[in-house]
Amino acid sequence: MSQNNGYPFGFLDEYAKKEVRRSVLKAIALPGYQVPYSSREMPMGRGFGTGGLQLTLALIGPGEVLKVIDQGSDDSVNAVNLRSFVELTCPGIATTAKTEEASLIQSRHRIPEKALNDRQLLVLQVPYPDPLSVVEPSEDRRKAMHGEADYARLLVKLYEDIVKFKEITISHRYPTRINGHYIIDPSPIPRFDVPKLHQSAALALLGAGREKKIYAVPPYTDAVPIAFDDIPFRIEDFNDDQGRRRTCQRCGCQTSYLDEFIDSTSGEKLYQCSDIDWCNDQLTATQHLEEVDI
Amino acid sequence: MKKILEVNSFSKVYGSGCDCCFAETGPERTNICPGCGSVVAAHDVSFSLHQGEILGIMGESGSGKSTVVKSLFFDEPASWGQASFYDNGSRYDLFELNRAQQRQLRSQRFGMVYQNPHLGLNFAISAGGNIAERLLVAGDSHYQRIRSRAQDLLQRTEVLPERMDEIPRNFSGGMQQRVQIAKALATDPPLLFLDEVTTGLDLSVQAAILDLILEIQHELQTAMIVVTHDLGVIRLLADRTLVMKYGRIIEAGLTDQILEDPQHAYTQRLVASAL
Repeated sequence: MSQNNGYPFGFLDEYAKKEVRRSVLKAIALPGYQVPYSSREMPMGRGFGTGGLQLTLALIGPGEVLKVIDQGSDDSVNAVNLRSFVELTCPGIATTAKTEEASLIQSRHRIPEKALNDRQLLVLQVPYPDPLSVVEPSEDRRKAMHGEADYARLLVKLYEDIVKFKEITISHRYPTRINGHYIIDPSPIPRFDVPKLHQSAALALLGAGREKKIYAVPPYTDAVPIAFDDIPFRIEDFNDDQGRRRTCQRCGCQTSYLDEFIDSTSGEKLYQCSDIDWCNDQLTATQHLEEVDI
Repeated sequence: MKKILEVNSFSKVYGSGCDCCFAETGPERTNICPGCGSVVAAHDVSFSLHQGEILGIMGESGSGKSTVVKSLFFDEPASWGQASFYDNGSRYDLFELNRAQQRQLRSQRFGMVYQNPHLGLNFAISAGGNIAERLLVAGDSHYQRIRSRAQDLLQRTEVLPERMDEIPRNFSGGMQQRVQIAKALATDPPLLFLDEVTTGLDLSVQAAILDLILEIQHELQTAMIVVTHDLGVIRLLADRTLVMKYGRIIEAGLTDQILEDPQHAYTQRLVASAL
């Protein structure tokens, strides 16, 4: 007991964990369907990742290796706190910052740049599970719409975007059709990461603590972002004014998702990989380790 | 001529209903059942409609004329009766369909133009977006094709194509009705419901909208049910007319006949009172 710091393993009681696991099984059986569950009170505010945390706590066991990321970083406040909470309540697990070493990855905003394998599990923290909430306020009617795959009004939103801005401006929460029927809101991740869900080797579980929903993108399942026949989906290109792909100022990577910083002294815009683990790997690979100053 | 719609003994009761609901209500009495207080909005309404025909339903407020159209368009479930819709060689039993089948007919084979444009249009999106919505629901997901179709429809209903990306709020009442008509026509429906479409518009705008409706009938051979309390609209548009009072049909026949030689006392009063 002393080792557990007075908490049961995984903080949640066994009934709570069992309920989450059953909801997970149902979510996997019905790809993209939002399974309701009784989200428990956690010792942190709803909206700080309680949905993802409950999934992690219900699924983790001794011997698992956990990686927690927030905005692509393992060292941001939220990631550090979530990780230490799991370490505190789950003795016998290990943690890592390396994507390839982790067996369970809890994330918000990003899917790691490095492709995941079929031994890995991705848990995403979701603020808004229902893509239809922007077009239909009544949850009753939304449920019927999901059941009938009545999603045309989501395309109306894309239509209006193209009319107004000449392109689709949705940066995140891009509606994505799972296994040919249900459309999910992969809410925290940018458009850039949506294709990584398609036919992914790893199981992706999405948990919304405040909205009390769990849904899943099972391994090797189609995840297709909605689009018009003649205007295909495309990810952010990170091109500068001359049409050249911007590169990470730290590791020089040309393919990753970039964060924009303003240099506090020069006021200049700087771009850097959002996935820190990926950035570090690129640096190592290019033998520029001596330049690391972060 | 091809039959489009056949309605048999349609009834709609709001409330619990009792055994004496139909016996105790009617054109000579009222439409509120004295036994249980239920409102008999429509009872024993039967009629048929053929391709390219315009059927007028006339009556005062609360006579049940809109109820008939709302039930056929699935806005309200029917209480009793049977309605058959004939389309491409198949027959649909309208009051027996499930939600998905209803949605399919409603979005592709029926068109509805409401008196209040707020019911028929989404005021948060552009006029073109409103038409696009109907095409998208019908399953087209080709942006350029949707856009040019919306442009054609707006041109057809005499809305300037340059204004297709504006929101309907910026439009005049007559323009909003034109956009509604364009939206209703987007999927070339064989059956169109028009619920008091010209009520509340300027006389000149009314005339233009009525002209447009007649043109559409001639060009597309669309069958229409026109609900109105305006004798002028009935005279101009309808081939045949039903006159309703307190939920019952009290007179039915050719429009000219009804307006020139009304048989029922109520119709006689109605025609005589027209300015």
